[in-house]
Amino acid sequence: MAASTQAMQADDTLNPGMLWVKDGEALWQKLPSQSQKSCANCHTPGSMKGVASRYPAFDDVLKRPIALSQRINQCRQKYQQVEPLRLESQDLLSLESFVAHQSRGLPVAPPTDSRLDAARQRGQQRYTQRMGQLNLSCAQCHDDNAGGRLGSSQIPQAHHTGYPVYRLEWQNLGSLQRRLRNCMSGVRAEPFAYGAPELVELELHLAVRAKGMLMETPGVRP
Amino acid sequence: MARTLINAPKTAKRGEVIEIRATIGHPMETGFRPDENGKILPRNIIKKFSCRYNGELVFSAEMFSAVSANPYLAFHTLATESGTLTLTWEGDNGFSQTETISLSVVA
Amino acid sequence: MTMNPTPALLTRRRLVLASTSLTALTLMQPALANTDELAQAVSAYAAGKKVTEGKVKLEIAELVDNGNVVPITVSVSSPMTAANHVKAIAVFNEKNPQRETVKFDLGPRYGKSEVSTRIRLATTQKLVAVAHMSDGTFWSHTVEVIVTIAACIEGED
Repeated sequence: MAASTQAMQADDTLNPGMLWVKDGEALWQKLPSQSQKSCANCHTPGSMKGVASRYPAFDDVLKRPIALSQRINQCRQKYQQVEPLRLESQDLLSLESFVAHQSRGLPVAPPTDSRLDAARQRGQQRYTQRMGQLNLSCAQCHDDNAGGRLGSSQIPQAHHTGYPVYRLEWQNLGSLQRRLRNCMSGVRAEPFAYGAPELVELELHLAVRAKGMLMETPGVRP
Repeated sequence: MARTLINAPKTAKRGEVIEIRATIGHPMETGFRPDENGKILPRNIIKKFSCRYNGELVFSAEMFSAVSANPYLAFHTLATESGTLTLTWEGDNGFSQTETISLSVVA
Repeated sequence: MTMNPTPALLTRRRLVLASTSLTALTLMQPALANTDELAQAVSAYAAGKKVTEGKVKLEIAELVDNGNVVPITVSVSSPMTAANHVKAIAVFNEKNPQRETVKFDLGPRYGKSEVSTRIRLATTQKLVAVAHMSDGTFWSHTVEVIVTIAACIEGED
């Protein structure tokens, strides 16, 4: 990553992702329509610290692993009695960024919950499985060739620590799932839908892969 | 109301030059980009930014389609007296937004 | 590979060769026109007055991470006093759909003759930053920037 891109992330006065974090902070305090409660009503200041670093997690209600964005929607439905936000919508991205930002500087800590084992295994398998017309697996680029170049772009190790991320290519903030879907289009595979269990499984594997690395949300990436 | 991220010092010494950084959330749709059907998406950009210091224009920018989305500006001004800096963005489709910041200037 | 191509293939080959050179010519002309347009845009901004390379520094990465968001800083050597300051700065490009990139109005209250923003660059090209001084003179800095497209072309999301 160029020095200027790194500088954009390192300084909160330069980081475009902070627009969403700020927005998320406002939404956190706001009463959603028809609801009696805002997020802040239940969650005391500082209580979100460390949360994002242990997601995806097993959800007791849905009885399956879910990503942070889905957990926020779970809260909205169960505790605020409002509609879930559309996945990848600006409001949900703002809330997710705000929550994940509270874990900035904390190490990625995937939960040791054994109920996640099967899903994590599937995620790991999928990571090493070839896909798409280009017939490439995640591992082939991001493990075997990390640090190398694809065209003029440097191949990253592909850690999720900055997500949701302000991507220069998007000129927008986006989730890890958006990036994974883009990767899949990149190898000419049919991308999984937002919120698909396959994407959550990949996220589970990426969390183990990045275990101990520090969260950076909001990251800035080319 | 678009989101803004504005950074400026709250206080300054008289005669000091301060830096103001301002980002505003805006797609800056160029007017050159086709949609998936090949039809050109209409231009929707911020065209003008101005900074007034206690009413006096101290900096302005004319933006074109070549300015990135969520336009960012970092500019300077001389701290002369305490007061209000008024930042205004104007653009296509009647877009207009104003944000104010206070500046306390000490001797 | 056949050693003796049929007359039909020969004709097709000739057509392909002909069209390639036509394409090459067509590709060349817009590029030349763009460089002319850039010169014209700078000249128009200076209202025909002489523009001298110097005093201006256009800071930009030589090889950008992504052409969609390219940070630039323009600084001008100037005392920024009431008597001697930068009135305005304009940045022009060579190969975007439009030559104008961004324009700034400064003035004596500006303090420090430096301004930053982030711009879009469609492809590898020249950029020119022009400063209009209070004494009526124009100064510039021209840089060449390399812009490549992202390796993994993604679908629109």
